[in-house]
Amino acid sequence: MFLTITTTGTPDRPATDLGFLLHKHPEKAQAFSTSHGRAHVFYPEASAERCTAALLLEVDPVALVRRGKGKGRGGAPDAALAQYVNDRPYAASSLLAVALSAVFKSALNRSCAARPELVDRSLPLRVEVPVLPARGGAALVQKLFGPLGWTVTAEPVALDEQFPEWGDSRYVRLVLEGEAQLAEALRQLYVLLPVLDDTKHYWVAPDEVDKLLRVGEGWLADHPEQRLIVDRYLAGRRSLAREANERLELARLADADDVAVEELDNAVDEDADTEEKPVPLAVQRRDAILAALHASGAHRVLDLGCGQGQLVQALLKDVTFTEVVGVDVSMRALTVASRRLGLERMGERQAARVTLLQGSLAYTDKRLKGYDAAVLSEVIEHVDLERLPAVEYAVFGSARPGAVLVTTPNVEYNVRWETLPAGHTRHGDHRFEWNREEFRAWAHAVAERHGYDVEFTPVGPDDPEVGPPTQMAVFTLRTSNENSNESGNENSTANSTANPKGAKAA
Amino acid sequence: MSTVSDSAAAAAAASRELAVTDLSLVVLVGASGSGKSSFARRHFKPTEVISSDFCRGLVSDDENDQGASRDAFDVLHYIAGKRLAAGRLTVVDATNVQQESRKQLVQLARQHDVLPIAIVLDVPEEVCAQRNAARADRADMPRRVVQRHTRELRRSLKHLEREGFRKVHVLRGVDEVENAVIRLEKRYNDLSHLTGPFDIIGDIHGCRSELDTLLGKLGYVDGAHPEGRTAVFVGDLVDRGPDSPGVLRRVMSMVKSGNALCVPGNHENKFGRHLKGRNVQHTHGLAETIAQMDAESEEFRAEVREFIDGLVSHYVLDEGKLVVCHAGLPEKYHGRTSGRVRSHALYGDTTGETDEFGLPVRYPWAEEYRGRAAVVYGHTPVPNATWLNNTICLDTGVVFGGKMTALRWPERELVDVPAEQVWYEPAKPLATEAPGGHEGRPLDLADVYGRRSVETRTVGRVTVREENAAAALEVMSRFAVDPRLLPYLPPTMAPTATSRVDGYLEHPAEAFAQYAADGVERVVCEEKHMGSRAVALVCRDEEAARERFGVEGVTGSLCTRTGRPFFDDHAVTEEVLRRVRAAVSEAGLWAELDTNWLLLDAELLPWSLKAGGLLRSQYAAVGAAAGAVFPGALAALEAASARGVDTGDLLERQRERAADAEAFTQAYRRYCWSTEGLDGVRLAPFQILAVQGRSLAGLGHDEQLAYLDRMVEHDTAGLLQTTRRLYVDTGDPASVQAGVDWWLEMTGRGGEGMVVKPARALARDGKGRLVQPGIKCRGREYLRIIYGPEYTRPDNLERLRSRSLGHKRSLAIREYGLGLEALDRLADGEPLWRVHEAVFAVLALESEPVDPRL
Repeated sequence: MFLTITTTGTPDRPATDLGFLLHKHPEKAQAFSTSHGRAHVFYPEASAERCTAALLLEVDPVALVRRGKGKGRGGAPDAALAQYVNDRPYAASSLLAVALSAVFKSALNRSCAARPELVDRSLPLRVEVPVLPARGGAALVQKLFGPLGWTVTAEPVALDEQFPEWGDSRYVRLVLEGEAQLAEALRQLYVLLPVLDDTKHYWVAPDEVDKLLRVGEGWLADHPEQRLIVDRYLAGRRSLAREANERLELARLADADDVAVEELDNAVDEDADTEEKPVPLAVQRRDAILAALHASGAHRVLDLGCGQGQLVQALLKDVTFTEVVGVDVSMRALTVASRRLGLERMGERQAARVTLLQGSLAYTDKRLKGYDAAVLSEVIEHVDLERLPAVEYAVFGSARPGAVLVTTPNVEYNVRWETLPAGHTRHGDHRFEWNREEFRAWAHAVAERHGYDVEFTPVGPDDPEVGPPTQMAVFTLRTSNENSNESGNENSTANSTANPKGAKAA
Repeated sequence: MSTVSDSAAAAAAASRELAVTDLSLVVLVGASGSGKSSFARRHFKPTEVISSDFCRGLVSDDENDQGASRDAFDVLHYIAGKRLAAGRLTVVDATNVQQESRKQLVQLARQHDVLPIAIVLDVPEEVCAQRNAARADRADMPRRVVQRHTRELRRSLKHLEREGFRKVHVLRGVDEVENAVIRLEKRYNDLSHLTGPFDIIGDIHGCRSELDTLLGKLGYVDGAHPEGRTAVFVGDLVDRGPDSPGVLRRVMSMVKSGNALCVPGNHENKFGRHLKGRNVQHTHGLAETIAQMDAESEEFRAEVREFIDGLVSHYVLDEGKLVVCHAGLPEKYHGRTSGRVRSHALYGDTTGETDEFGLPVRYPWAEEYRGRAAVVYGHTPVPNATWLNNTICLDTGVVFGGKMTALRWPERELVDVPAEQVWYEPAKPLATEAPGGHEGRPLDLADVYGRRSVETRTVGRVTVREENAAAALEVMSRFAVDPRLLPYLPPTMAPTATSRVDGYLEHPAEAFAQYAADGVERVVCEEKHMGSRAVALVCRDEEAARERFGVEGVTGSLCTRTGRPFFDDHAVTEEVLRRVRAAVSEAGLWAELDTNWLLLDAELLPWSLKAGGLLRSQYAAVGAAAGAVFPGALAALEAASARGVDTGDLLERQRERAADAEAFTQAYRRYCWSTEGLDGVRLAPFQILAVQGRSLAGLGHDEQLAYLDRMVEHDTAGLLQTTRRLYVDTGDPASVQAGVDWWLEMTGRGGEGMVVKPARALARDGKGRLVQPGIKCRGREYLRIIYGPEYTRPDNLERLRSRSLGHKRSLAIREYGLGLEALDRLADGEPLWRVHEAVFAVLALESEPVDPRL
């Protein structure tokens, strides 16, 4: 909410020219209304040698929250979208950028009625932003401002000196020093403050792209981080709309439990479309699954834990599979999957082959009975070990498909991932990762308990030392033993003297 | 079973009495004009009768439009099906003279496992024709229609029984039709008027000596109980064991004298067929019975044959609360009568698969059972009788060297005697557990998913909306602890009404006033510990946890308010439980509360332990931002003022804001401290929710706190923390003032605030409605964490005062009711799914849209 711009001068080029450029008189303190509070401009110092303009934005935190009023029942503002405990009143966020553009509009537009010749003049400038929220930290700040010719000082701000173990906050104290045209400097701040802030914008307008092109003229096109700048600048719109629609219930549960919503609503990784970096592995896994399904002769298939629907999509492209049911516990994942598959626009005949259901393998589910095969691809490792027996029962005991395919990471292979620090799991939500022996022991026990045969297939390069990156177990239901003459309980008989060749031998 | 009326005998009687089973499908058969509709009107309730004419009208606006018949009968069958499914006597008023139409109705009856009964109105053709002619809407009906009806009816008469009608009543002539009387009969299996008490005895298999011992242990003397109890045998009296005739003799005499009931097992059924001379395989221990019977008289053999023949497949007892049968019975078959019901009752259901011993795999019907009646059965030998979803199998394999088990009803106590020896080698080892028992499974998605209503004892029906259930499903499935270890989730709590006192948003005066208005005279103010809500299930040892909650290798759980484990590391959880357990033991509470587990509602401190992530990303971040920005901003303003620039009140205001921000930082810091392992961690229990067999939610808070104080006193590990409290009389201004002062003092020192609760739990207002179980009054400084650093600025406070509490209060009551319900169900030993249903609903309601700052 605060920044200062300082320039130095000489008697023939006095620093107070800054006042002309900003179109704000150095001897006055002025206040302006902006959409999020009052912006004040004043000059702590104003001499020919040195002149500093300060912009202070008083954000109204209550109004910020109440803006959302009417969304919830009883006119209550909805959870998590807006917090009274908010850094907006203190940090140089996108709100400050908006104020900057409103208060210094003419400067930003390179106009200076009184002294037009000043506009093109490069000045020795020092911009100080004491609290700049910077996702990406000081390093990114450097990367964004450095290429523009600034000498950058970016010092992290500690979270709380009483709790040094908490480390640094996401804020840096930023000082930019260098020679630049004032308008250029203002334009860069206008774009890069929200880019570094990288939270949702409160100022979404349909013409953001045009505005960005206009303000970025002359410096953005050649910026080495152009892609990141554009993405982040425009990202807020999309995610704001999405959040409003999809995560409110979960957000409230997170709120009730004093945790960040991201801790609960993490089923879909928005940044990475697929599960992990070498995409070929995901493809190899799908190919292996398709091959195993073909070998099993399955036509009606369950994808349990379908996530964003990549496998469902692949199955639909194969006419062997007459019915594909994708099940996931995450509504967000199902929404993404539905969008991916284009369910709403799909023709009737195709649509009749596919169903997406919210479901949970922690519970038995009658809807899942009677299928030829079920796939649990990269699913079991997301279940706490002590709750795995319930999942096992729901799949092998209750749904009881003819074949079950289970894939899971082989933890032995983790040493082959260069980017994975030792001892880390491949995904933050993995509750465990098994080596080949552990997986096989589990699979054999499951098969034994539920009357399946099991075989194992490596997926991905089968390293002689550590095995493949992904391990797959293919379970096949043992066919009934028909030779028993005690079987065949004729329940449907309406005869009152029922067939005594009953099911029971005990 | 069936009665064909003899026309000669019937003509003699002035009024025929027609027996009709109270749950059956009554099919009237008669030509157009034979008087079926008036007959139905005379003898049945209007809603019990569905007429084809009426259905024709429904689909075509014309009751006589024969072209609409097909659709009309679809509707008729649909309505009849719905009624039968709901267990209601249904009468079909249509001509039904063609075999084809009757066949569909017989099928419908079988589909719903009820008896089809035919009542034939055989009225002379002329009479029918005359009646039709007299009716305007049928005046132009051709004579040949009635002729055809009569012809078809005559042809049908002798086939009716073969078609499947279990009773056939034929009324001949107008007089008989006019004078007939309907007599409703109970079903044979409906003994719901008998309330016992009962002693239900599991499979016996010829173990005569053990049976006598068990009967003696149950208090029977010579086959009768001095207190008038009734024995109920679940069948399989015979085969394999040493003395099947002796067992039969004992049971038959007890049944005959009215001291016992008996349902047939599959072994009786097979033995009965043998006695009737049918060719059956002498396997599974039948050979032994046959050999033993050789020594018996022909007379006894005949008695046994008759006894077995007369056994009814299952009984519904004790006002419908108890169902006894041999192999178990799903709810839709209770009190029904059909071949497949009998078959299921005797043999159970199978999946069609066979196991490694070549034996058929039984369908786990009990896992899916959701009925309210307890089903007590035998058939499948298990080592121990255990309840699963309100069903229990009493076959504990006495003949295989196990034991013989009885269940006392309604006490639900198990009584058993060990086998005197292994009488027969089992074909396969006894299953280690009742199906599903060990895993505590299965919870079925249908128990929790979608829009549902949960019936509660205290607040009536609570509805959960679909989107809220969906969110709860995700959290429950992905993050929560094992549902067996999650018998409760804490309800949300409403804050006090908004205060008008200068500088305050919340103030206890409103809370006291609200309770006074609700008629609650004495309240307790309990210190609010600013930490994280925790529910602790503490078992005395692993054995106790296994026995009551069916879990292995843990002694309880410690969960957050959304059911997530507090600590990722099991060892840490166990250590917390160990320390609590030690305190409970030292305080002698296990014996005093007659339990080996406790469920505690508590607060775990410090707040920073669980909320660390949020603290860093939000609270401390805001503090850090404020702390870093103000020095520079204030210095700049001071510099501007110093050189004469008029900055108005801006500087002063920024100084105040800086002070507010500093106060905010101080506020959250009070609830944070560093912990190392469990060092520095505190648990402040404020309620014992439940112990074995009892919910303690209704226990007054002074008693509750007395127990808890003793726990804290006996804690040597420094884990437990006491909850300070003050009692206030809401009608006494001095007492109220003392409460306010106490709060001011406590919050002045940085306390979070307090919760005001009716001293007697479960208080109700003048209208009998449950009042809020607690009202929180949060401290002025603490609220900075909720409403932001600057909320105390007068203009902010004024705006914040317009907050609406209605939804929060309603939510608090509904969640409270669900929590109580979960505890009651737990106390009553109800099935896991019933407890989980209520717990899940609490979680779902927590995702309702309500101002999170309340």
